[in-house]
Amino acid sequence: MKPTFAPGDKVKVRAAEVTTHCRTPHYLRGKRGVVTRVFGAYPNPEQLAYHQIGVPYLPLYQIEFDFKEVWGRPARATVITADIFQHWLERDN
Amino acid sequence: MTRAVHDLGGQPAGPIELAEHERTFFDQRVDAMMRILAHPEHGYYTVDAMRRAIESLSGDQYFELGYYERWVRAIRQLVIEKRLISEDELNRKLTALKMARRLA
Amino acid sequence: MSGDHHHPHGDHAHDHDPHAPVSEVHGVSAESALLERALRELLIEKNVFTADDLRRQIELTESRTPELGAKVVARAWADPQYKAQLLADAKPAIENLLGIDLNLTPELTVVENTAARHHVICCTLCSCYPRAVLGIPPAWYKSPEYRARVVREPRQVLAEFGTVLPDDVEIRVVDSTADMRYMVLPLRPRYTEHLSEQELVALITRDSMIGVSVLTDSQR
Repeated sequence: MKPTFAPGDKVKVRAAEVTTHCRTPHYLRGKRGVVTRVFGAYPNPEQLAYHQIGVPYLPLYQIEFDFKEVWGRPARATVITADIFQHWLERDN
Repeated sequence: MTRAVHDLGGQPAGPIELAEHERTFFDQRVDAMMRILAHPEHGYYTVDAMRRAIESLSGDQYFELGYYERWVRAIRQLVIEKRLISEDELNRKLTALKMARRLA
Repeated sequence: MSGDHHHPHGDHAHDHDPHAPVSEVHGVSAESALLERALRELLIEKNVFTADDLRRQIELTESRTPELGAKVVARAWADPQYKAQLLADAKPAIENLLGIDLNLTPELTVVENTAARHHVICCTLCSCYPRAVLGIPPAWYKSPEYRARVVREPRQVLAEFGTVLPDDVEIRVVDSTADMRYMVLPLRPRYTEHLSEQELVALITRDSMIGVSVLTDSQR
Protein backbone atom coordinates (compact mmCIF):
# COMPACT_ATOMS: atom_id res chain seq x y z
CA MET A 1 0.00 0.00 0.00
CA LYS A 2 1.31 3.44 -0.96
CA PRO A 3 1.47 6.21 1.62
CA THR A 4 -1.39 8.70 1.27
CA PHE A 5 0.11 11.35 3.53
CA ALA A 6 3.34 13.34 3.46
CA PRO A 7 5.23 15.27 6.15
CA GLY A 8 3.35 18.45 7.02
CA ASP A 9 -0.09 17.02 6.19
CA LYS A 10 -2.81 17.68 8.72
CA VAL A 11 -4.58 14.52 9.84
CA LYS A 12 -7.16 13.37 12.33
CA VAL A 13 -7.05 10.03 14.12
CA ARG A 14 -10.24 8.03 13.67
CA ALA A 15 -12.38 7.94 16.80
CA ALA A 16 -13.21 4.28 16.29
CA GLU A 17 -14.19 1.84 19.01
CA VAL A 18 -12.43 -1.49 18.83
CA THR A 19 -12.44 -4.42 21.19
CA THR A 20 -9.78 -6.36 19.30
CA HIS A 21 -6.01 -5.72 19.43
CA CYS A 22 -4.84 -2.44 17.95
CA ARG A 23 -1.91 -0.04 18.40
CA THR A 24 -3.77 3.26 18.29
CA PRO A 25 -3.91 4.54 21.85
CA HIS A 26 -7.26 5.58 23.20
CA TYR A 27 -6.07 9.02 24.31
CA LEU A 28 -5.25 10.01 20.72
CA ARG A 29 -8.43 8.85 19.03
CA GLY A 30 -10.36 11.69 17.45
CA LYS A 31 -7.38 14.05 17.89
CA ARG A 32 -5.86 16.27 15.21
CA GLY A 33 -2.17 16.19 14.43
CA VAL A 34 0.49 16.75 11.79
CA VAL A 35 2.53 14.13 9.94
CA THR A 36 6.20 14.47 10.91
CA ARG A 37 7.73 11.28 9.47
CA VAL A 38 6.74 8.63 6.95
CA PHE A 39 8.28 5.30 7.96
CA GLY A 40 7.35 2.95 5.12
CA ALA A 41 4.95 0.03 5.33
CA TYR A 42 4.69 -2.60 8.07
CA PRO A 43 2.55 -5.70 8.63
CA ASN A 44 -0.84 -4.94 10.09
CA PRO A 45 -0.60 -5.60 13.85
CA GLU A 46 -4.38 -6.03 14.06
CA GLN A 47 -3.93 -9.21 11.97
CA LEU A 48 -0.57 -10.37 13.32
CA ALA A 49 -2.10 -10.51 16.78
CA TYR A 50 -4.43 -13.28 15.60
CA HIS A 51 -1.83 -15.42 13.82
CA GLN A 52 -2.54 -13.91 10.39
CA ILE A 53 0.29 -12.63 8.19
CA GLY A 54 -0.67 -8.96 8.27
CA VAL A 55 -1.09 -8.14 4.58
CA PRO A 56 -1.41 -5.71 3.01
CA TYR A 57 1.41 -3.92 4.80
CA LEU A 58 0.27 -0.53 6.03
CA PRO A 59 2.08 2.81 5.77
CA LEU A 60 3.17 3.99 9.21
CA TYR A 61 3.53 7.64 10.20
CA GLN A 62 4.86 9.58 13.10
CA ILE A 63 2.19 12.10 14.04
CA GLU A 64 2.80 15.16 16.19
CA PHE A 65 0.00 16.31 18.48
CA ASP A 66 -0.24 19.60 20.29
CA PHE A 67 -0.67 19.05 24.02
CA LYS A 68 -3.84 21.15 24.23
CA GLU A 69 -5.47 19.26 21.37
CA VAL A 70 -4.94 16.02 23.28
CA TRP A 71 -5.77 17.06 26.85
CA GLY A 72 -7.91 20.16 26.41
CA ARG A 73 -5.65 22.33 28.55
CA PRO A 74 -2.59 24.25 27.48
CA ALA A 75 0.94 23.29 28.47
CA ARG A 76 3.80 25.50 27.50
CA ALA A 77 5.99 24.09 24.68
CA THR A 78 4.82 20.50 24.94
CA VAL A 79 4.00 18.09 22.14
CA ILE A 80 3.30 14.37 21.96
CA THR A 81 4.30 12.16 19.07
CA ALA A 82 2.96 8.69 18.34
CA ASP A 83 3.27 6.27 15.45
CA ILE A 84 -0.05 5.60 13.74
CA PHE A 85 -0.96 3.32 10.84
CA GLN A 86 -2.61 4.81 7.78
CA HIS A 87 -6.02 3.16 8.18
CA TRP A 88 -6.44 5.03 11.47
CA LEU A 89 -5.88 8.44 9.83
CA GLU A 90 -8.10 10.72 7.83
CA ARG A 91 -7.20 13.99 6.14
CA ASP A 92 -8.03 17.09 8.18
CA ASN A 93 -8.41 20.18 6.03
CA MET B 1 -15.66 4.98 24.84
CA THR B 2 -14.41 1.64 26.05
CA ARG B 3 -10.77 1.50 26.93
CA ALA B 4 -8.71 -1.68 27.08
CA VAL B 5 -6.93 -2.57 30.31
CA HIS B 6 -3.42 -2.01 28.92
CA ASP B 7 -4.20 1.29 27.19
CA LEU B 8 -2.93 3.55 29.95
CA GLY B 9 -2.02 6.91 28.40
CA GLY B 10 -3.52 9.68 30.53
CA GLN B 11 -5.19 7.44 33.12
CA PRO B 12 -5.04 8.59 36.76
CA ALA B 13 -2.04 7.08 38.52
CA GLY B 14 0.13 7.68 41.54
CA PRO B 15 3.84 8.38 41.97
CA ILE B 16 6.34 6.38 39.94
CA GLU B 17 8.30 3.81 41.97
CA LEU B 18 11.88 4.54 40.90
CA ALA B 19 13.66 1.67 42.65
CA GLU B 20 15.61 -0.58 40.32
CA HIS B 21 14.75 -4.27 40.42
CA GLU B 22 17.20 -7.04 39.84
CA ARG B 23 16.11 -9.58 37.28
CA THR B 24 15.48 -13.00 38.76
CA PHE B 25 16.03 -16.33 37.03
CA PHE B 26 12.26 -16.43 36.62
CA ASP B 27 12.32 -13.10 34.77
CA GLN B 28 15.23 -14.20 32.59
CA ARG B 29 13.68 -17.52 31.64
CA VAL B 30 10.27 -16.08 30.84
CA ASP B 31 11.89 -13.32 28.80
CA ALA B 32 14.03 -15.83 26.90
CA MET B 33 11.13 -18.21 26.25
CA MET B 34 9.11 -15.36 24.85
CA ARG B 35 12.00 -14.20 22.61
CA ILE B 36 12.49 -17.71 21.23
CA LEU B 37 8.79 -18.44 20.70
CA ALA B 38 8.20 -15.05 19.04
CA HIS B 39 11.46 -14.99 17.08
CA PRO B 40 10.83 -13.09 13.82
CA GLU B 41 12.36 -15.80 11.62
CA HIS B 42 11.36 -19.13 13.12
CA GLY B 43 8.95 -18.13 15.84
CA TYR B 44 5.67 -19.83 16.62
CA TYR B 45 3.75 -16.62 17.09
CA THR B 46 4.35 -12.87 16.82
CA VAL B 47 5.06 -10.26 19.47
CA ASP B 48 1.67 -8.85 18.45
CA ALA B 49 -0.04 -12.10 19.45
CA MET B 50 1.85 -11.96 22.73
CA ARG B 51 0.56 -8.42 23.34
CA ARG B 52 -2.98 -9.48 22.48
CA ALA B 53 -2.76 -12.35 24.97
CA ILE B 54 -1.45 -10.02 27.72
CA GLU B 55 -4.20 -7.51 26.94
CA SER B 56 -6.84 -10.22 27.35
CA LEU B 57 -6.06 -10.53 31.08
CA SER B 58 -8.72 -9.11 33.37
CA GLY B 59 -8.07 -5.71 34.95
CA ASP B 60 -7.43 -7.36 38.31
CA GLN B 61 -4.91 -9.79 36.86
CA TYR B 62 -3.22 -7.13 34.74
CA PHE B 63 -2.49 -4.88 37.71
CA GLU B 64 -1.92 -7.49 40.42
CA LEU B 65 0.46 -9.73 38.52
CA GLY B 66 4.10 -8.84 38.03
CA TYR B 67 5.33 -8.00 34.54
CA TYR B 68 6.77 -11.42 33.77
CA GLU B 69 3.88 -13.13 35.54
CA ARG B 70 1.65 -11.56 32.90
CA TRP B 71 4.02 -12.81 30.25
CA VAL B 72 4.07 -16.40 31.49
CA ARG B 73 0.27 -16.50 31.35
CA ALA B 74 0.33 -15.11 27.82
CA ILE B 75 2.86 -17.77 26.79
CA ARG B 76 0.57 -20.41 28.26
CA GLN B 77 -2.37 -19.14 26.23
CA LEU B 78 -0.38 -18.94 22.98
CA VAL B 79 1.41 -22.30 23.12
CA ILE B 80 -2.00 -23.92 23.65
CA GLU B 81 -3.54 -21.87 20.81
CA LYS B 82 -0.69 -22.92 18.53
CA ARG B 83 -1.03 -26.54 19.74
CA LEU B 84 2.58 -26.78 20.87
CA ILE B 85 1.22 -28.12 24.15
CA SER B 86 -2.26 -29.35 24.98
CA GLU B 87 -4.22 -28.19 28.00
CA ASP B 88 -4.18 -31.80 29.27
CA GLU B 89 -0.42 -32.12 28.99
CA LEU B 90 0.07 -28.89 30.85
CA ASN B 91 -2.30 -29.90 33.64
CA ARG B 92 -0.56 -33.28 34.00
CA LYS B 93 2.80 -31.56 34.19
CA LEU B 94 1.59 -29.05 36.78
CA THR B 95 0.18 -31.87 38.91
CA ALA B 96 3.43 -33.83 38.66
CA LEU B 97 5.49 -30.80 39.68
CA LYS B 98 3.24 -30.11 42.64
CA MET B 99 3.53 -33.75 43.77
CA ALA B 100 7.30 -33.66 43.47
CA ARG B 101 7.39 -30.49 45.52
CA ARG B 102 5.27 -32.03 48.27
CA LEU B 103 7.54 -35.07 48.44
CA ALA B 104 10.71 -33.00 48.55
CA MET C 1 20.98 1.15 41.39
CA SER C 2 20.48 -1.82 43.68
CA GLY C 3 22.78 -4.66 42.71
CA ASP C 4 24.62 -5.18 39.49
CA HIS C 5 22.14 -5.92 36.76
CA HIS C 6 24.80 -7.47 34.52
CA HIS C 7 24.93 -10.48 36.79
CA PRO C 8 21.92 -12.48 37.84
CA HIS C 9 21.96 -12.89 41.58
CA GLY C 10 21.80 -16.18 43.38
CA ASP C 11 23.48 -19.49 42.89
CA HIS C 12 24.02 -20.61 39.32
CA ALA C 13 23.99 -24.25 40.36
CA HIS C 14 20.34 -23.99 41.37
CA ASP C 15 19.39 -22.72 37.95
CA HIS C 16 19.66 -26.13 36.33
CA ASP C 17 18.85 -28.24 39.36
CA PRO C 18 15.58 -30.03 38.55
CA HIS C 19 14.94 -30.51 42.28
CA ALA C 20 15.41 -26.88 43.22
CA PRO C 21 12.40 -25.62 45.17
CA VAL C 22 10.21 -23.28 43.14
CA SER C 23 10.12 -20.95 46.10
CA GLU C 24 13.64 -19.78 45.18
CA VAL C 25 11.97 -17.27 42.90
CA HIS C 26 11.70 -13.90 44.63
CA GLY C 27 8.64 -11.72 44.32
CA VAL C 28 6.79 -14.16 42.11
CA SER C 29 3.84 -16.27 43.22
CA ALA C 30 4.35 -20.02 43.57
CA GLU C 31 1.68 -20.45 40.92
CA SER C 32 3.58 -18.34 38.38
CA ALA C 33 6.86 -20.08 39.15
CA LEU C 34 5.24 -23.47 38.73
CA LEU C 35 3.66 -22.44 35.44
CA GLU C 36 6.99 -21.19 34.11
CA ARG C 37 8.68 -24.42 35.01
CA ALA C 38 5.93 -26.58 33.55
CA LEU C 39 5.92 -24.67 30.25
CA ARG C 40 9.70 -24.68 30.01
CA GLU C 41 10.03 -28.38 30.72
CA LEU C 42 7.26 -29.34 28.29
CA LEU C 43 8.58 -27.15 25.49
CA ILE C 44 12.07 -28.63 25.97
CA GLU C 45 10.67 -32.19 26.06
CA LYS C 46 8.87 -31.48 22.79
CA ASN C 47 11.99 -30.02 21.18
CA VAL C 48 10.38 -26.65 20.57
CA PHE C 49 13.66 -25.34 21.97
CA THR C 50 16.52 -26.79 23.94
CA ALA C 51 17.85 -25.84 27.35
CA ASP C 52 20.89 -24.58 25.47
CA ASP C 53 18.76 -22.31 23.24
CA LEU C 54 17.29 -20.82 26.38
CA ARG C 55 20.70 -20.27 27.95
CA ARG C 56 22.06 -18.62 24.80
CA GLN C 57 19.02 -16.36 24.54
CA ILE C 58 19.51 -15.25 28.15
CA GLU C 59 23.18 -14.56 27.43
CA LEU C 60 22.32 -12.51 24.36
CA THR C 61 19.75 -10.49 26.28
CA GLU C 62 22.14 -9.88 29.18
CA SER C 63 24.86 -8.76 26.74
CA ARG C 64 22.70 -5.83 25.66
CA THR C 65 23.32 -3.08 28.19
CA PRO C 66 23.10 0.72 28.19
CA GLU C 67 26.85 0.84 27.55
CA LEU C 68 26.08 0.05 23.91
CA GLY C 69 23.85 3.08 23.64
CA ALA C 70 26.47 5.16 25.46
CA LYS C 71 29.13 4.23 22.89
CA VAL C 72 26.81 5.36 20.11
CA VAL C 73 26.14 8.66 21.90
CA ALA C 74 29.83 9.33 22.60
CA ARG C 75 30.74 8.74 18.95
CA ALA C 76 27.92 11.01 17.79
CA TRP C 77 29.21 13.79 20.08
CA ALA C 78 32.77 13.32 18.87
CA ASP C 79 32.05 13.00 15.15
CA PRO C 80 29.46 15.28 13.49
CA GLN C 81 29.43 13.17 10.36
CA TYR C 82 28.62 10.06 12.39
CA LYS C 83 25.90 11.98 14.20
CA ALA C 84 24.31 12.97 10.90
CA GLN C 85 24.31 9.32 9.76
CA LEU C 86 22.88 8.18 13.09
CA LEU C 87 20.01 10.66 13.03
CA ALA C 88 19.25 9.92 9.37
CA ASP C 89 19.37 6.11 9.57
CA ALA C 90 20.18 4.71 13.00
CA LYS C 91 20.43 0.97 12.39
CA PRO C 92 23.35 0.82 9.95
CA ALA C 93 25.22 3.52 11.89
CA ILE C 94 24.86 1.49 15.11
CA GLU C 95 25.65 -1.86 13.47
CA ASN C 96 28.84 -0.49 11.94
CA LEU C 97 30.03 1.12 15.15
CA LEU C 98 29.24 -1.72 17.57
CA GLY C 99 29.65 -4.69 15.25
CA ILE C 100 26.26 -6.11 16.26
CA ASP C 101 23.57 -7.46 13.98
CA LEU C 102 20.27 -5.58 14.23
CA ASN C 103 18.66 -7.30 11.26
CA LEU C 104 16.02 -9.07 13.31
CA THR C 105 15.45 -6.37 15.90
CA PRO C 106 12.72 -3.74 15.57
CA GLU C 107 13.28 -0.50 13.67
CA LEU C 108 15.27 2.12 15.51
CA THR C 109 15.26 5.92 15.39
CA VAL C 110 17.55 8.21 17.38
CA VAL C 111 16.10 11.57 18.43
CA GLU C 112 18.38 14.42 19.42
CA ASN C 113 18.01 16.49 22.57
CA THR C 114 19.25 20.04 22.24
CA ALA C 115 19.26 23.17 24.38
CA ALA C 116 15.85 24.01 22.87
CA ARG C 117 14.19 20.63 22.52
CA HIS C 118 13.96 17.67 24.91
CA HIS C 119 12.61 14.23 23.95
CA VAL C 120 11.41 11.67 26.47
CA ILE C 121 10.41 8.20 25.30
CA CYS C 122 7.64 5.95 26.56
CA CYS C 123 5.23 3.23 25.56
CA THR C 124 1.73 3.81 26.88
CA LEU C 125 0.41 0.52 25.45
CA CYS C 126 3.03 -1.95 26.68
CA SER C 127 6.79 -1.69 27.18
CA CYS C 128 8.39 -0.99 23.77
CA TYR C 129 11.98 0.08 24.36
CA PRO C 130 15.23 0.15 22.36
CA ARG C 131 16.38 -3.14 23.91
CA ALA C 132 19.03 -3.69 21.24
CA VAL C 133 21.03 -0.72 22.53
CA LEU C 134 19.79 -0.19 26.10
CA GLY C 135 18.97 -3.73 27.26
CA ILE C 136 15.91 -4.62 29.33
CA PRO C 137 13.87 -1.57 30.35
CA PRO C 138 13.91 -0.53 34.01
CA ALA C 139 10.88 -1.53 36.09
CA TRP C 140 9.57 2.04 36.27
CA TYR C 141 9.53 2.33 32.46
CA LYS C 142 7.15 -0.64 32.35
CA SER C 143 5.06 0.57 35.31
CA PRO C 144 1.43 1.64 34.85
CA GLU C 145 2.30 4.93 36.60
CA TYR C 146 4.98 6.02 34.12
CA ARG C 147 2.96 4.85 31.13
CA ALA C 148 -0.19 6.63 32.32
CA ARG C 149 1.34 9.90 33.43
CA VAL C 150 4.25 10.80 31.17
CA VAL C 151 2.00 11.77 28.26
CA ARG C 152 -0.36 13.82 30.45
CA GLU C 153 2.00 15.61 32.82
CA PRO C 154 5.48 15.25 31.35
CA ARG C 155 7.06 18.14 33.27
CA GLN C 156 5.85 16.76 36.60
CA VAL C 157 7.06 13.28 35.71
CA LEU C 158 10.47 14.62 34.70
CA ALA C 159 10.60 16.54 37.97
CA GLU C 160 10.08 13.25 39.86
CA PHE C 161 13.27 12.09 38.17
CA GLY C 162 14.97 15.27 39.34
CA THR C 163 14.83 16.84 35.89
CA VAL C 164 13.55 20.39 35.77
CA LEU C 165 13.78 22.02 32.37
CA PRO C 166 13.37 25.73 31.63
CA ASP C 167 9.82 26.62 30.51
CA ASP C 168 10.97 27.57 27.03
CA VAL C 169 12.54 24.17 26.34
CA GLU C 170 10.11 22.24 24.17
CA ILE C 171 9.24 18.83 25.56
CA ARG C 172 8.47 16.13 23.04
CA VAL C 173 6.94 13.02 24.56
CA VAL C 174 7.58 10.16 22.15
CA ASP C 175 5.02 7.36 22.51
CA SER C 176 6.42 4.17 20.91
CA THR C 177 3.11 2.82 19.68
CA ALA C 178 4.15 0.77 16.64
CA ASP C 179 7.18 -0.77 14.91
CA MET C 180 9.64 2.03 15.69
CA ARG C 181 11.81 2.04 18.82
CA TYR C 182 13.36 5.32 19.92
CA MET C 183 16.59 6.19 21.68
CA VAL C 184 17.49 9.68 22.85
CA LEU C 185 20.80 11.28 21.92
CA PRO C 186 21.28 13.40 25.06
CA LEU C 187 22.70 16.90 25.04
CA ARG C 188 26.45 16.83 25.56
CA PRO C 189 27.32 18.26 28.98
CA ARG C 190 29.47 21.38 29.05
CA TYR C 191 33.20 21.32 29.76
CA THR C 192 33.66 17.83 28.31
CA GLU C 193 35.63 18.89 25.21
CA HIS C 194 38.88 17.51 26.63
CA LEU C 195 37.48 14.05 27.38
CA SER C 196 38.19 10.98 25.27
CA GLU C 197 35.33 8.97 23.80
CA GLN C 198 35.89 6.32 26.45
CA GLU C 199 35.67 8.90 29.20
CA LEU C 200 32.49 10.27 27.64
CA VAL C 201 30.93 6.78 27.63
CA ALA C 202 31.36 6.64 31.39
CA LEU C 203 29.35 9.86 31.80
CA ILE C 204 26.36 8.76 29.76
CA THR C 205 23.51 7.30 31.78
CA ARG C 206 20.71 5.01 30.69
CA ASP C 207 18.13 7.52 31.89
CA SER C 208 19.58 10.26 29.70
CA MET C 209 19.06 7.99 26.68
CA ILE C 210 15.43 7.47 27.70
CA GLY C 211 15.12 11.22 28.21
CA VAL C 212 13.98 11.26 31.84
CA SER C 213 17.21 12.95 32.83
CA VAL C 214 19.83 15.30 31.46
CA LEU C 215 23.56 14.93 31.95
CA THR C 216 25.27 17.18 34.43
CA ASP C 217 27.95 19.56 33.24
CA SER C 218 31.49 18.56 34.15
CA GLN C 219 33.65 20.59 36.52
CA ARG C 220 35.17 23.41 34.53
